[in-house]
Amino acid sequence: MTPLAAPTTTILVTIDEKTYSADPGETILDVCKREGINIPTLCFLEGVSTVGACRLCLIEIEGTRKLLPACATVVAPFQKVKTNSDRLKKNRRMTLELLFSERNHICSVCVANYNCRLQDLAHEVGMDHVRFPYLFPDCNVDGTNKIYNIDHNRCIMCTKCVRTCDEVEGAHTWDVRGRGFESRIIADFDEAWGTSPTCTLCGKCVSVCPTGALWHKQSVQNNMKKSPEMVSELTAKRGRKG
Amino acid sequence: MNLAKLNDIAAATKEKCKNKKRVCVCAGAACISSGAIQTLDSMKKIVKEKGLDKTVDVIPVGCIGACHQGPLVKILPDETIYQKITPAEAALIAEKHLAKNEVVKSLLFATGAGKESPVNSNETDFFKKQRKVVLETCGNINPESIEDYIAVGGYQALYNILSTLSQEEVIAEVKAGGLRGRGGAGFPTGLKWEMVHRYINSTKYVVCNGDEGDPGAFMDRSVLEGDPHRILEGMAIAGYAVGAQKGYIYVRAEYPLAIKRLETAIKQARVQGLLGDKIFETDFNFDIEIRIGAGAFVCGEETALLASIEGKRGTPRPRPPYPAESGLWGKPTLINNVETFANIPKLILIGGKEFASVGTQKSAGTKVFALAGKIMNTGLVEVPMGITLREIIFEIGGGIPGGKKFKAAQTGGPSGGCIPESHLDTPVDYESLGALGTIMGSGGMIIMDETSCMVDVARYFMDFCMNESCGKCVPCRVGTKQMFDLLNKICTGQGSPADLALLEELAPYVRETSLCGLGMTAPNPLMSTLRYFREEYMAHINDHWCPAGVCKMEPAAQLAEAHS
Repeated sequence: MTPLAAPTTTILVTIDEKTYSADPGETILDVCKREGINIPTLCFLEGVSTVGACRLCLIEIEGTRKLLPACATVVAPFQKVKTNSDRLKKNRRMTLELLFSERNHICSVCVANYNCRLQDLAHEVGMDHVRFPYLFPDCNVDGTNKIYNIDHNRCIMCTKCVRTCDEVEGAHTWDVRGRGFESRIIADFDEAWGTSPTCTLCGKCVSVCPTGALWHKQSVQNNMKKSPEMVSELTAKRGRKG
Repeated sequence: MNLAKLNDIAAATKEKCKNKKRVCVCAGAACISSGAIQTLDSMKKIVKEKGLDKTVDVIPVGCIGACHQGPLVKILPDETIYQKITPAEAALIAEKHLAKNEVVKSLLFATGAGKESPVNSNETDFFKKQRKVVLETCGNINPESIEDYIAVGGYQALYNILSTLSQEEVIAEVKAGGLRGRGGAGFPTGLKWEMVHRYINSTKYVVCNGDEGDPGAFMDRSVLEGDPHRILEGMAIAGYAVGAQKGYIYVRAEYPLAIKRLETAIKQARVQGLLGDKIFETDFNFDIEIRIGAGAFVCGEETALLASIEGKRGTPRPRPPYPAESGLWGKPTLINNVETFANIPKLILIGGKEFASVGTQKSAGTKVFALAGKIMNTGLVEVPMGITLREIIFEIGGGIPGGKKFKAAQTGGPSGGCIPESHLDTPVDYESLGALGTIMGSGGMIIMDETSCMVDVARYFMDFCMNESCGKCVPCRVGTKQMFDLLNKICTGQGSPADLALLEELAPYVRETSLCGLGMTAPNPLMSTLRYFREEYMAHINDHWCPAGVCKMEPAAQLAEAHS
């Protein structure tokens, strides 16, 4: 494919009123990470494909009415980006409020307490209470796997496990079933994880899971540490990105 | 296939029908469900028995439009339409109208009570103000016969562009026509074609979006069922213009008849050399395949639709990149709605300038609407852009049945908003409807009278969006659920002013942050009912009373008593 007039030289972009140079094809999130500008992300994972689903990294671009996800928006010359306006901050708080209202996120009894991306983000954006009723859908805990557990009550549907399992491990054990509020992560054809013939027990899904939804059977409350960077380093060594 | 052969087919078909009456029995989905097939069979049998088959052809046709009066029978060239025709009445029509040329007055298509029905249906209130471009031949030709389509000028536009116009000239013509996307958003079609055309040295695709999912909408269905060749021709023209060799039509599985007729049409076009290699003996190759949807509303969103064609879970992805740049299997892809493609052959034949002479300056051409709900004449209508809603609802549609009072019209289905009586004189075009807080949408128009509760309507559409959300992004997945719960609370008399405040904070948030059009537009019914019918919400919340009498709840006084 030959897009017309694809820029091949360095691009100048203005982020929060400071100008930075960027390479063509880089996303706004890439530039921000390099330059130390903090944008909250939840479904983004370096090394696997980008889905732009959590809507936390939404940014404002001058001249565009729509808010765009920093993780999936490629830089364009002379773009003027705002990453931290009041409008965006308010939206981020609301997104987290909705996530906390969706399933069962009670930190004090969670294996990932103090090691949880969702918890960290709530602190970061100042989401200190939930105004919506807690929905608590009927979710189960699958403990059939001999090493790991999955607790759907703590899942936020970021699909990092699905993408990592498919794109990095190549097993594609995880997928999504159902739609909307009823959608759930499933192993193979919605079977018990323990009986999955495709799962290699590699544990990458557990490492990338941002909450306590996937955890090691040996861990107890507060001590399940996650290491999503392990997958990012692995893919970087294999020479692929996103 | 070449021009001579095309003309031969047209001439032979016309010759066959010369000096003959044509009995068109509507075989659209609505008429079939009220018994059109039996009427058709009986009509065929009687015509044969009476020896009328030398002077009369009986054919099944696509939607005639007045679905509320089906099964419909239309006699050409007299343009007489008979309504609610049972097999027995078919015999009467054959005996009188076909044999003796006497009109059966008691069975004539009537749009209003008390008035005498005109013999020529084009003079009835229902058809008088309509302007047919997309539905030009729908209801007059047999959708399962390519000869019928060719006889009315079909595939002529395709021949014209292949023999005389360059790709750029075709695009310029579409631009001159001012055609805008009929899927609802109204993106200029010519511009979209140009964007796909710009990519060189790449495999490209043309995709037709036939995943019509709005409740109460059946425009695309009727076109697909009634005139499938028009879509194929429009797609082939688009394929030539953008440089694609392959097209996909994505039709929802709920439209089995449309799928069957499309399959037939594609087979016939291939046999005639109008699809496939070397079309009209030029170097242009183009073929079309059907893809059947699996029942997800979100697959009407273009990126979800493309994912579904690729065999993946039908979820949208962020745009940009738009499909014009990276679409099906990462290739530049042109995706247009059924009705958009159906406009193309006519636009090419009459020229862009002539096409743009109908409608308004910014919204050229016509629009097909499916009238549904509390209206006398439910059915399919095609009107010039710029016509007022009052004309559509009260003249063409015949007003509200049962002497009830009009309350609101919902355009754009669950993505649109309601229009109250005070705005009935708004012209129907993309901008005017947008200013009212609704959208043109794909053409569903649901009419509500005083017995409809607007809070209940908002809840209904929110329920729809909640169930159809794919679950990928947070605002849509959780936001629609929370909004539905809050609306449900209000409808059951449990709502408080705080709930309303929360709704008013949540709605613009979901609109602003959702990943795709489904989520972005899901709050529209809520926001527009709040805009025009806020007093109904307040009555539910403060007085525990539903003014329309739809929502069941304990009156405030009883509640207070129970709590005291």
